[in-house]
Formats: sequence, C-alpha cells, structure tokens
Amino acid sequence: MEELNHKPRSPYYRALLRRMVTVIIVVSFTPMILITWGLLYQFKTLYHEKVYAHLGEIVQKHRQNIDTFLEERLADVRFLATNFTFEQLADEAFLKQKLLALEAEHGSVFTDLGVIDEKGHQLAYAGPFKLEKANYESAEWFRKAILSQYYISDVFLGLRGSPHFIIAVRSETETMSFLLRATINFEAFNSLVENLRIGETGFAFILNRDGKFQTKPSIQITEEQARGYLKEYLLLKDKSHIAEEPDVSGKPVIHVSSLLKNGEWLMIFQQNASDVFHDFIRARLIALLISIVGGGAIIVTAYVISKRMVKIIAKTDDENRMMNQQVIETGKLASIGELAAGIAHEINNPVAIMVEEAGWIEDLLEEEEFKESKNLEELKRALTQINTQGKRCKGITHKLLSFARKTDSKIHNVEINTLIKEIVSISIQMAKYSNINIETELQEGLPYVEISPAEMQQVLLNLFNNAIYAMEKTGGTIKIGTKLSQLEKDTIVIIVEDNGPGIPESNLPRIFDPFFTTKPVGKGTGLGLSICYGIVQKMGGKIDVQSAVDVGTRFRIWIPFQKEGVQEPEDIKNV
Amino acid sequence: MSDINLLLVDDEKPFVETMTKRLEKRNYKVRSVFSGQEAIKVLGEDPQIEVVILDVKMPGMDGIDTLKEIRLKFPLVEAIMLTGHATVESAIQGMKLGAYDYLMKPCDMNELIAKVDQAATKKRAHEEKIVEARMRRITGERI
Repeated sequence: MEELNHKPRSPYYRALLRRMVTVIIVVSFTPMILITWGLLYQFKTLYHEKVYAHLGEIVQKHRQNIDTFLEERLADVRFLATNFTFEQLADEAFLKQKLLALEAEHGSVFTDLGVIDEKGHQLAYAGPFKLEKANYESAEWFRKAILSQYYISDVFLGLRGSPHFIIAVRSETETMSFLLRATINFEAFNSLVENLRIGETGFAFILNRDGKFQTKPSIQITEEQARGYLKEYLLLKDKSHIAEEPDVSGKPVIHVSSLLKNGEWLMIFQQNASDVFHDFIRARLIALLISIVGGGAIIVTAYVISKRMVKIIAKTDDENRMMNQQVIETGKLASIGELAAGIAHEINNPVAIMVEEAGWIEDLLEEEEFKESKNLEELKRALTQINTQGKRCKGITHKLLSFARKTDSKIHNVEINTLIKEIVSISIQMAKYSNINIETELQEGLPYVEISPAEMQQVLLNLFNNAIYAMEKTGGTIKIGTKLSQLEKDTIVIIVEDNGPGIPESNLPRIFDPFFTTKPVGKGTGLGLSICYGIVQKMGGKIDVQSAVDVGTRFRIWIPFQKEGVQEPEDIKNV
Repeated sequence: MSDINLLLVDDEKPFVETMTKRLEKRNYKVRSVFSGQEAIKVLGEDPQIEVVILDVKMPGMDGIDTLKEIRLKFPLVEAIMLTGHATVESAIQGMKLGAYDYLMKPCDMNELIAKVDQAATKKRAHEEKIVEARMRRITGERI
C-alpha cells in the first residue's frame, strides 16, 4: 500500500497539468488578441481619417483667411489708385492723410505708401522710412509690377533692410503710367499664420516657389527641410494635401499643404505624428496594459485551476486504486470464507461418525460380557473424552461456519443478542492476548430486527477490532450492551464502549470518512468505520461516536425494528 | 416408548450403519436408505414407518425435496431433519414445509430419541383423531 502515493506517477500529472494550462491559455488568449487587435485597427483607421479631415479643414480655412486678407489689402490699394488722380496721389500730404485713414481702419497693417513712375523713381512717399526719391528701377518686384495691372510681391528685405512685401497697383494718366505701392507690415501678416498652432508641435508657415520662407516659422526648421516640401507643388491643385513622412531625425511627421495667392505660395502645416495621435496612442497603451494584466490573470488562473483539478484527479486516482485493492482484499476474504465453510462442513460429517461410533461402543459396553472387564472404567473415561473432544470439534466447525456466513448479505429476522454473543465468542480469543476483557450487558427479550446478520457481524467485528487495536499495549475492558432506545421509537441501541486512549477531538469529525486512518501506512485501509457507517445507513439506522482522550470511546448504533415483529417468530425459536 | 418404526435417510453410510445399530439396540425398528429416492420407495412399500430421520444435505434429491415429496404422498409420516450448521436455513425451510423438528450433527443420542418419541406420539395422536373422525362419520351415517 505504501507505493500507492502518487509521487512515482507525478510526471504523468505534470504533463496533464501542462496540457490543461496550455489549452486554457490558448483558448482564452486567441479571442482576446483577435478582438483587441481588430478593434485597435478599426479605431486607428477611423481616428486617422477623422484627424486628417480635421487638419485639412483647419489648413483650408487659414488658407482662405490669408487669401482673403491679401485680396482685401489689394482692394484697398486699388481703391486709392482708381479713385484718385495722379496729381492728388503724388502730393505727399494727401498720401500721408490716406495712410493715416488706412491705419485707422486696419491698424498697423500698412507700413507705408509710395507713388513710383515708369522709370522706378519714387515720386511721393508716406511712411516711417526716409525713402523719398528712392529708385526701384532695378528691383525685381518693380520690373514685374510695371508689367501687370497689380502685383503682390514675395517677402524680401529691400532698401529698408527688414522683411516685408509689397502690393503694387498700376494706374495710368494720359501721358504716363505709375505705380501705387503699399508695404504690408510683416508682423501683421505673420501673425495670421503664427496663430495656427495645434498641440505642442503643430505649426504653420508659408513658402514661395523658390523655397524661401514667407513667414517666420515659430519652430525652427532649416531651409533645406523647407525645400523638401516644394515637391508638394507638383501634387497640388487647389485642394490641400496630407502626408505622413519621417523627418530628419526619423520621427514620423504629419504635414498638410495648401496653395495660396494663385498658386505662388505654399502654406504648410506640420505636426509630429506622436502629437497628432496623442489620444490614440494613449488609448492603445491602456488597451495594451489591460491586455497584459488580463493575460497575466488568465495565466495565473489557468495554472491555479489546472493545478487544483490535477490534484483532485490524482486524489481520485489514488482512491480508486485503494478501492480496487480493497475490492480484491474483500474478494480474497470471501473466497477464504467459502473455503473455510467447505472444510468445516466436510469435517463435520466424519466427526459426527466418530462420535456415533464412540456412542456405539458405549452402548456395547452395557452388555454383560464387558461388565467384568477390569478396564471398563478406563474405557468409559476414554469414550467420554472422545465425546467431549467431538463436541469441541463441533463447536469449532460451527464457529467457522457462522463466521463464513459473513459473505451472505441476505436479510433475516435476527436476534441481536445471539449475534452479539457469537461475535464476542470469536473476538474474545484475540482480546485475551492483549489482556482485554469483554463484558456484555444485554437486555433480555429484545424484539427481532430485520437485517443481514453477516453485515451486522462485520460492523461489530470492525468496532471490536478497532477497540482491541487501540488497547493492544495497555489492556482494558470492552463493554457491549443492548437495550431499547429511550429516545427513538421502535429502535434498539447497541453500545460498544472501551476505556482505551480515546480519539483526539480533531479526528472525531473525520473518523467515518473513507481512507481516514491513524494506523501506520500499510496497516489500515481507513475503510473499516466508513463501511460500518454505510452498512448502518443501509439498515435504516445510524451510528455515532463519543470519545475523550485517556478516558475511552463509545460507539452507539441505532437499529429500527418492525413493530409487528415484537413477538418471537415461531420457526426459529431454537436457532 | 419403543416399537416405533423409523426410516433413516443419509448418504453417509458409516453414519447410517452405526446410528441404525444404536437405535435398534434401543428397541426401535429401523430401516435405512442412502438417498431421497430410495426413501420415497421404501415409504411406499412399508406403511408401518412412522418417523423419518432425514439428512438435509444429500447429493441428487436433497432433504428438502425429499421432504416435499413425503408431505405430498405420506402426509401423516413425521420427519426430523438432520443438518450441519451451514444448512440451518434449509432446516428452517424444512420446518416451514412441515417437518417436526431438526437437529444439528453430530447430535446427542438422548436428544434424538426424545425428538423421535415426541414425533411418534404426535403421529399416533393424529392417526387416532383421524380414526375417531372416521368412526364418527360412519356412526353418524348409520344413525
């Protein structure tokens, strides 16, 4: 029995554990990963679309703003050029007055005004710089402006040495044409673009066709980088264009570009992707964290549950193995019982014959011819001895036969006291070796009970064996008593009591459990009392135990009887 | 009481022989057979037999079957069953079928004789009652 613990088979259980954990993890993780991945992908697509649309709209609106701004300023200048004569405009006082009027209307958008003839000579000037009589003949903007009706220049430094751009409108008198020129305050224009700030890294700027900044970018980027955006000219017509590309440091950058000023300028908005998708990245991080924590929980749970189940399986396997062992043991006992019964029966007949023969000799000795024999007395003694020993043999075989009936679970009307006496006679020999007395205290005239005598025998033998085992070293007394129960109606109580070492309180609730034993490994199966419990339950009775350490143990068995059966049945009065 | 006609049925020859001698010594008239079939046959031939001593465990037709047959064919004959311990149940069954009593082997001679006498007395009392009853009927018819 010692080999039956599951240590030697633990590789099997470890493999089982591994298989269970793997299956649980795969089954739980696959849908979780698929769902998480699918949702994130969908979310990402939608979010990107939304963000791009949003950025595109913002850029488009600003572009319109700027275009409107330029158009309005141009309209202002054209108004002056068309509504006033050359003579009026060439009058510096008048010009100053108009500049003041514009400033009053638009704030400091216009820096100065000037009137320039075909040759590039500035004829009149109103503004903060000393630019009277300046000659613009060689300036690039002048050459372009003189050729067209109106002209808006790129940003340049010019004579005054600070960035600005010019709106020029050509007007004609009968004899000559001249330009009315207005300078736009760079700061005022710049602020239009500078105001377009989104997040931490989003900003906008404007480039001309040569890649020169038309506004001052609020975050430093090199001309080199800026020039990289020029290829957008090729892609754009009038709508905005959105692209995501890594910048020089390799970080992905989103940029939105849009043409303005009739396609001469390019407005670019750029923002780091990490900034644009900040919310999305955070959501993804949370999802990832939840997945990791959830995954961890699944792994731990899978392991714990599997471990528990494998433990239960191992325990069940053990119990099954022990149960099989027990069944084999019981089978062995049963066949031994049958064998004993057979032998006892076979011996019975020869013994009967021997006793008969001895009786016959006794009969013959009564005849006259033997009366004088001097050995008559001796012969009679010998015959008596043969008779006595024959009866002893009869006793032994009868005991054997009654013991062998243990295998019989048929239900009979049983006189419980007779049964107890039989068992006491069997156990008393074993008890004697351990210096244990068995006392009986049987109430007379108890009604018959309908039980299997073999099973009742087994119950009492188990209790006796336990008591004898407990007092093996110390000796003691076993008391067995029967009486009518005072509490339960129509019930007989059997009390088996010893004054042995008792059962510790901690073990008491478990003593009827199968496989619970305090005997050394291999000595007890732990099934004795659980079998008793099962048998008594089957009889419709109950069994309980009271015990105190160093005082003793008392088992009580209640067996119900049939009320009609109180009278002794006629046919077994001599059993 | 003596002069009782007995039939001893057992498959153990030495047992039957010795028992016969001992019973004859006590002035019983004993016939002995070794199987159930023979017992039925002998009972048919010899209406004097009053009590049958019948072993329960026999090969072939056992004691119970024999008893059933006897009760059927010779209802007035009394039977005493002999049994080893293991067949107490069948002995009880036998009593339910109408055997007079049973004894466990090896049995005490005095006990056996006592039972045989009681059985014979019962049988004779029975017969008397039957005779009486017949007489009454006959006389009743005549009146």
